[in-house]
Amino acid sequence: MSSIISVANLSKTYGSGFKALKNVNLDIKRGEIFALLGPNGAGKTTLISIICGIANPSQGKVLVGGEDIQTSYRKARSLIGLVPQELHTDAFESVWATVSFSRGLFGKPKNPDHIEKVLKDLSLWDKKDNKIITLSGGMKRRVMIAKALSHEPQILFLDEPTAGVDVELRKGMWEVVRGLQQSGVTIILTTHYIEEAEEMADRIGVINKGEIVLIEDKTTLMQKLGKKRLTLHLQGKIASLPESLRHYELELCDNGATLVYDYDTKGERTGITSLLGDLRTAGIRFNDLDTTQSSLEDIFVDLVRTS
Amino acid sequence: MNHRAIRAIYLFEMARTWRTLLQSIVSPVVSTSLYFVVFGAAIGSRISQVEGVSYGTFIVPGLIMLSVLTQSIANASFGIYFPKFTGTIYEILSAPISYFEIVLGYVGAAATKSIILGLIILATAGLFVPLHIHHPVWMLAFLVLTAVTFSLFGFIIGIWADGFEKLQMIPMLVVTPLTFLGGSFYSIDMLPPTWRTVALLNPVVYLISGFRWSFYEIADVSVTVSIGMTTAFLVICLVVIWWIFRTGYRLKN
Repeated sequence: MSSIISVANLSKTYGSGFKALKNVNLDIKRGEIFALLGPNGAGKTTLISIICGIANPSQGKVLVGGEDIQTSYRKARSLIGLVPQELHTDAFESVWATVSFSRGLFGKPKNPDHIEKVLKDLSLWDKKDNKIITLSGGMKRRVMIAKALSHEPQILFLDEPTAGVDVELRKGMWEVVRGLQQSGVTIILTTHYIEEAEEMADRIGVINKGEIVLIEDKTTLMQKLGKKRLTLHLQGKIASLPESLRHYELELCDNGATLVYDYDTKGERTGITSLLGDLRTAGIRFNDLDTTQSSLEDIFVDLVRTS
Repeated sequence: MNHRAIRAIYLFEMARTWRTLLQSIVSPVVSTSLYFVVFGAAIGSRISQVEGVSYGTFIVPGLIMLSVLTQSIANASFGIYFPKFTGTIYEILSAPISYFEIVLGYVGAAATKSIILGLIILATAGLFVPLHIHHPVWMLAFLVLTAVTFSLFGFIIGIWADGFEKLQMIPMLVVTPLTFLGGSFYSIDMLPPTWRTVALLNPVVYLISGFRWSFYEIADVSVTVSIGMTTAFLVICLVVIWWIFRTGYRLKN
């Protein structure tokens, strides 16, 4: 898959001396959903702001659709739709007027059919004549998405798209985002909700302290870094682990009723066979067992902690 | 050139005027009418003529300039400050639009509003005093030049302001006094020599003088100097705006 965005050696130092981005290199593939994860202040919004033209880079180069964002900014920006993190909306304009304004701003001729489709897709059609000030927070968020989609962008940036949005609406937005991807739009989303990245993304990038810590296919990431957990439900409670089992780093839970063992599926040996053998030798029996995969959240927390 | 973007900004700003018709148009017209009542009728009855023109008629160009100056600054500064305040400026900055086009949209709309307002005030004045414009083309040229120049100045204030207080500060503390002291209601020839020299440091004197000349062929300073001074201020504003966008001052981090 070809790159639609290419970020090379990008750095950003603010006037205060704070280094928000440090030599960032990143390629976004055409048609993918890329989730950028990172704690607060990691540099996610700064990176998006530079790509979209809202902030100036201190160093480095960004190509969007092969066009340099500084020397060929018109072509580069016309490919991008941006939904910022904060709810920046006009107050007294109607939904229809503000979305049409955005289309005009991007130099596109009037197309009421397209605006109608966008508003209907986002369940805003019945609000098209309402003043934005009268809308709820969730609706305003959707108006911002409608504005970003008004000029039929090839790339959509969603900066924390579901922050402060209720569960039902969040799932509705995921549907919208999937629909956009199917229509060929490349989507870059930043999120705090790991669940969202896990649910939506094709690839995941983790940024921390202005540096890209990791970029990986979601499934590969889950396989590579994901650990599995074996939980054994014991027939009888035990007070402590026998000496022969100490080297397994088992965890005794539920007042001695369950044993928990973390293992790496990609490791040469999982240690499960010998563990089960040693348990039998030690006379510890169990009546049930289950295994679970560690979530993206666990992976993310580990990465941020170690980076 | 992104014509559609310029048009979008222009129409967006003009739509704001129609939405706030009372504040944008009616209020300045009412204020001007009151000036006619106070200065034209009450004071004017004690000053028969100024340089061969009745006092009521004499103050018309100054009154128009007073409104055009203040409204150009107010419209343009608010036009660009409000998106900064609400955060919607992100959309302008991320759109495929050049700085020149942004300025053209905002300043064009602000200047249009001021020109419309100036013409409405002119028509209103016609109800109070007899008017005869000697050089209508020059009158329009001065009106447009002033509206554009001070809309550019307002745009700069809107970018510079980081709060509503600053937004009001320059218009209230600098522009209004300069306008009142710039010969709106009198000829600077009526001042003592020292104050006349001081008055010549006030750029508004040149605007009002030139504008008044287009009406009655009477001027405090030569018309060429008036045009030169106004154009010089226009160029200064353009240079400052060019610098603002080149550096991203108060717009981009």
